Amino acid sequence: MDNFGYLFAAYTIIFAVIFFYVIFIWRRQTRLETELHAMETRLKDVRDELKSRTPPPSRSAP
Amino acid sequence: MNRRLNLALGALTALMMFAAIYMVFMFVPTEADQGIVQRIFYFHVPCAWVAFAAFGLVAICGIFYLWLGQDIWDDLGYAAAEIGMVFCTLVLVTGSIWAKPIWGTWWTWDSRLTTTLILWLLYGGYLMLRAMADDTPQVARFAAVVGIVAAVDVPVVVVSVRLWRTIHPAVLVTRQGGHGLEDPRMVATLLVALVAFTALFVWLLILRFATLRMRTRIMTLARDLNLAHAAAGDL
Repeated sequence: MDNFGYLFAAYTIIFAVIFFYVIFIWRRQTRLETELHAMETRLKDVRDELKSRTPPPSRSAP
Repeated sequence: MNRRLNLALGALTALMMFAAIYMVFMFVPTEADQGIVQRIFYFHVPCAWVAFAAFGLVAICGIFYLWLGQDIWDDLGYAAAEIGMVFCTLVLVTGSIWAKPIWGTWWTWDSRLTTTLILWLLYGGYLMLRAMADDTPQVARFAAVVGIVAAVDVPVVVVSVRLWRTIHPAVLVTRQGGHGLEDPRMVATLLVALVAFTALFVWLLILRFATLRMRTRIMTLARDLNLAHAAAGDL
């Protein structure tokens, strides 16, 4: 079992790095999903407000 | 991407990784010369494979981005570069840990080690460019060019053990022909680990690409929101 420490260190580092990278991606994805949802809601609100403020097109006389 | 499909792919990747770990620690025989520490090899080589595949993908995406100008290629290239960087770092770190008991040093300016370090620095530059500059088409074009030019180092790393004098073993194909893995169980373990890491690469790429697409969508919506605000102010 010579050099077991080196083997243990190498595999621990590999799995730790992969684990933290997956966590990093997932956290970023969750944050962006929230941001995207908020942005879509705000855009919808502004567009609705624009629609309500725009006067309806007047009918031309026949 | 469908969340359920994403989870299924993640679970499949985890299953393959467990199979690879089982084979590395329970199935494969201990190498006669180097002893137990040689088992680092079964994850060190797949890490290198993923890094090279990722950097190759960066170059392909760069070519398509310069040709077509679609931001989907830019996002895919960015995702691949980040994953390639993670695995290239793992190659350097695990290689260094392996080198210490075998060569008696953590690092030596061997041709393969040096060209791999250059590759790491080149893509480090690519990621710094992406992180520090604004997300403009001009920056994306610069990044595409850097990604293509940096990928030239990938084949140099691969053939470096044949081009120059080196102490790094040529495991897959030796100078005399054949390969350095004597036992078929060693070959089987390496192949399973390569498949597991390829699945991991695909899964991570899908995850990271999805977040970058979301970021691009948010930037588009922010522009639309500014235009809508401006229009609301004009009325």
